[in-house]
Amino acid sequence: MRSAIVNKLLGRRVVRWRQVLTGYLFISPFLVGFLWFTAIPMAIAIYLSLTKYDIVSAPQWVGLANFAKLFRDQRFWVSLGNTAFYAGISVPLYLVTAFLASLAMNLSIRGIRGYRTIFYLPSITPAVANAMLWLWIFTPQWGLANQALKFLGLSSQNWFLDPQLAKPCLIFMGLWGIGPTMVIYLAGLQGIPVMLYEAAEIDGAGIWARFWHVTVPILSPVTFFNLIMGIIGAFQIFTTAYILTTGGAGGERSYGVGGVLDSLLFYVIYLWQNAFEFWRMGYAAAQGWVLLIIILLFTVIQFKLAGRWVYYEAETRG
Amino acid sequence: MPTQIAEARERRREQGLIARIWTAQTKRVVKELVAHLGLIPISITMLIPLIWMFSTSLKPKGMVFTYPPQWIPNPVRWKNYPEALTILPFHLFFRNSMIYCLAIVIGQVLVSTLVGYGFARLSFPGRDLFFWLVLIRMMLPGTVTLVPSYVMFTKMGWINTFLPLVVPGWLPGLFSASFYIFLCRQFFMGIPLELDEAAKMDGAGHLRIWWQIILPLCKPVVTTVAIFSFIIHWNDFMGPLLYLHDMKLRPLALGLQSFQGAYGTEWHWMMAASSVMVVPIIILFFSAQGYFLRGITMTGITGR
Repeated sequence: MRSAIVNKLLGRRVVRWRQVLTGYLFISPFLVGFLWFTAIPMAIAIYLSLTKYDIVSAPQWVGLANFAKLFRDQRFWVSLGNTAFYAGISVPLYLVTAFLASLAMNLSIRGIRGYRTIFYLPSITPAVANAMLWLWIFTPQWGLANQALKFLGLSSQNWFLDPQLAKPCLIFMGLWGIGPTMVIYLAGLQGIPVMLYEAAEIDGAGIWARFWHVTVPILSPVTFFNLIMGIIGAFQIFTTAYILTTGGAGGERSYGVGGVLDSLLFYVIYLWQNAFEFWRMGYAAAQGWVLLIIILLFTVIQFKLAGRWVYYEAETRG
Repeated sequence: MPTQIAEARERRREQGLIARIWTAQTKRVVKELVAHLGLIPISITMLIPLIWMFSTSLKPKGMVFTYPPQWIPNPVRWKNYPEALTILPFHLFFRNSMIYCLAIVIGQVLVSTLVGYGFARLSFPGRDLFFWLVLIRMMLPGTVTLVPSYVMFTKMGWINTFLPLVVPGWLPGLFSASFYIFLCRQFFMGIPLELDEAAKMDGAGHLRIWWQIILPLCKPVVTTVAIFSFIIHWNDFMGPLLYLHDMKLRPLALGLQSFQGAYGTEWHWMMAASSVMVVPIIILFFSAQGYFLRGITMTGITGR
């Protein structure tokens, strides 16, 4: 009798063990991948950031010297400033534009599906091809942008070659990439129960009041998500800026990484240059960690502030 | 007399009703008209860059800079394409893009559904903790692992092979992989557990349930993951730039950039080469628009 119970207990335990094992086997690719391609590299990065390392000779321990040097590095601050400028303007601009576009795309008119496709289409252009295309549009002298200016009777500009205009141009071309954000907003809009609008209408809310007091608050979690992801993405801008400033066949684009007067020197571009042009791997690893901390700080601050403006339905329902 | 009054009243009511319907309809028509008037110019603006790309790609060199801009090339010069695409071995670039994209896509689909199955259908201690890890991974900037990964892959002798690009697809440690796992898990949660129970009664193991029950039921999510994975890697530039230095291994993104390095001012060729990279993505988009939009709305992946 007793042994039967023990056996049963043991048997159960065996089954449980198998269950646990199966579970971990199923998620093991993620665990291995996370260790191998995220956790271990991050640890290596900490070690490298404390060394001087050119990948050929052995790493030399330098302590916190890389970080000290970083904070005295003029170009580091330029890259950080450029990135902050880009993120600070582009993220809110794209959010607002995408939101407005989604409102238009939510109209029930004939041909709305066609409009949605057209609004979305430019954002699937591969980044490399897209950058080439805009280089062509913004070519000094006879590019399409300058032809438009000529048509309006204005004098032509140097666009990406003008340190004042390079970043605004980059932000401007990004407006053609709002498609995904627009689609996320559109899904949010379509999920708003009509009931809420009807209730607001009975309470005497006009179209404007309904917009501000129903649509905007209901979509605030969507805005929050887009904001977080937008900032993380903007801080890591690389490919477009890299293509815009490298690979020129002499002549008009013979300046290097970072653009004219470092006007397009973004954080990751400078990190890249340090790592793979100057082979300062330790220094670049330090830059990587500083970026991680900056992004982490921004994310934490946003989560803290979220309570003030992000509205979750569940809270009021209790 | 009273009948006349009633008739008149009836007539007036009818008229009022007609008038009201009529005004409602005019209001609708006017509203629609205003919407189209606003949306048509914006739509044209949205399409201008792509139209300009295709238009330039078909112009003779001398016609590229004409003022006013010529939207429909005359004469149309198809020869730009064979010319641009044979200067550098674009057939190789195209083949490389295909090979390594498909290799990654197959891995990502299999592995993210497998891991998603584990998180959605199995219960074991630590599961929720590790699911948090998946979510946290979405918010970790990939930049921090850029330098150490390069050092690691150099030491492993993986430079100039597809391995540093494909293996992280099969063992999902990448930013995008967390999205796919999340997507699959959410989707699998919606399938009734009774199906698993019934299959278990018939003696099926979890691998079989995953392969024979869950995957066929989840074609939409599998397709979504496959499409996003394909597009993200088709477009990827930084990965190949880091690891593929041999001209023979380059994918389109990198090949296009080398082309820019050599012929950056030959805009008619540049745009022809760029079009070759854009067109497959546009075709994919039109053939799978629904999956595309669903994927974005469920996860917020942007595809670029």
